[in-house]
Amino acid sequence: MIEIRNLSKSFTLHNQGSAAIPVMADAHLEVAPGECVGLIGRSGAGKSTLMRMVYGNYLAQEGSIRVGDLDVVSAEPRQIIALRRAVLGHVSQFLRVVPRVPTLEVVAEPLLRLGVPADQARARAARLLTRLNIPERLWTLSPTTFSGGEQQRVNIARGFVHDYPALLLDEPTASLDARNREEVLRLIEEAKARGAAILGIFHDEAARDRVCDRLVDVTAFTPGLAA
Amino acid sequence: MTLMPNAITVAPLLSVRGLTRRYGARIGCADVSFDLYPGEVLGIVGESGSGKSTLLSCLAGLQPPDQGQILFDGTDVLTLPEAERRRLLRGDWAYVHQNPRDGLRMGVSAGGNVGERLMAVGARNYGAIRATATDWLGRVEIAADRIDDRPSAFSGGMQQRLQIARNLVTGPRLVFMDEPTGGLDVSVQARLLDLLRGLVRDLGLSVVIVTHDLAVVRLLADRLMVMKSGRVVETGLTDQVLDDPQHAYTQLLVSSVLQV
Repeated sequence: MIEIRNLSKSFTLHNQGSAAIPVMADAHLEVAPGECVGLIGRSGAGKSTLMRMVYGNYLAQEGSIRVGDLDVVSAEPRQIIALRRAVLGHVSQFLRVVPRVPTLEVVAEPLLRLGVPADQARARAARLLTRLNIPERLWTLSPTTFSGGEQQRVNIARGFVHDYPALLLDEPTASLDARNREEVLRLIEEAKARGAAILGIFHDEAARDRVCDRLVDVTAFTPGLAA
Repeated sequence: MTLMPNAITVAPLLSVRGLTRRYGARIGCADVSFDLYPGEVLGIVGESGSGKSTLLSCLAGLQPPDQGQILFDGTDVLTLPEAERRRLLRGDWAYVHQNPRDGLRMGVSAGGNVGERLMAVGARNYGAIRATATDWLGRVEIAADRIDDRPSAFSGGMQQRLQIARNLVTGPRLVFMDEPTGGLDVSVQARLLDLLRGLVRDLGLSVVIVTHDLAVVRLLADRLMVMKSGRVVETGLTDQVLDDPQHAYTQLLVSSVLQV
């Protein structure tokens, strides 16, 4: 479902003497449907960079990233938008939303954009918020005022509200208590069971051991760090 | 693969090629080309004087370009007879000005402002026009009991929402927006952004929005065009251009934003 080949990236900082900083060279990996692959490697090795490239958020200089039928590296913006809408979900560490939009709408939005009727979308959003222990009295409020852990759970609800065939998870259990962590791990296991291909970063080692089928050390793709 | 929406094969709604506008020896905008697809929001960013407003007014037919082609739904807009071009501006197209005073008739009631545009495309039944106007005031969160008030009695944010209602009531397919959140307080901006996002999504609007506010385009635009000295220096997916800018000018623009 996700297939990365010969992927390379460097940043060129034009306003700092045009310094070119190579950050990834010849990366390759695959994630099959129903599989969860965890990225490991020390801080700065390029785990987040790789995830961002798969999502189309960072450009690549060379190589290919196939998600379903689309090569993200050479795709048009509107193809990536369509991919993100229907195929490729992303749970980032930070929630970025329009202030004042109620939590229930924030979570339902990915479904609304897919054309799911509003009542169905909200019902599904409500089920996820309930599972993730966000009290109903908060649903009408904007999540921008929530605590870090609550924002993260809203973000996770939003990422799981649609059954994406492929998912990117960036530290999904980072600031959660035991009860909510367990619920998120169950969501990941259910997504795998329905055939989702998942690529994730988990610093929580117990979580990683439980949901990941394989680990890929990105240090092997870091220029100047490869063993 | 069935999962991919068929939007990929759809033809562009707006197709622009080589659009150029000069002011004497000075360049307003030069050699601008892009395609806008149905339901897509294109943000045009750049500093004052980058040519983004010139480009927008050429696109919307407010001033003629010196060179180039604009196809709307396959029709060459620049060679269209004046009467047909005006019909386009009243119906299929809409233009939201930065200053609501430029897009509203300040001496006419709120309901009249919305109804007037309906009448311009042929609506005649008073009851139906008033009902539609009331419905649209509701959609932009203006209370029905303000329908007979003049916009001069409204706050800036309300005036801007009224201008949006006036523009969208005829069901346009393409909306041009020039700094729509420009003169508003931050709290009012957020409300307007939320409203615009909902309308774009629910009505499937295509939008060209000009702004110098990168936070606005991050929340609203699917794609970005970055302009400098009248030329497009970078284009791409909005979050990609903002998070991994390639051109020196875009890098400067993005890194100059104050973090809050």
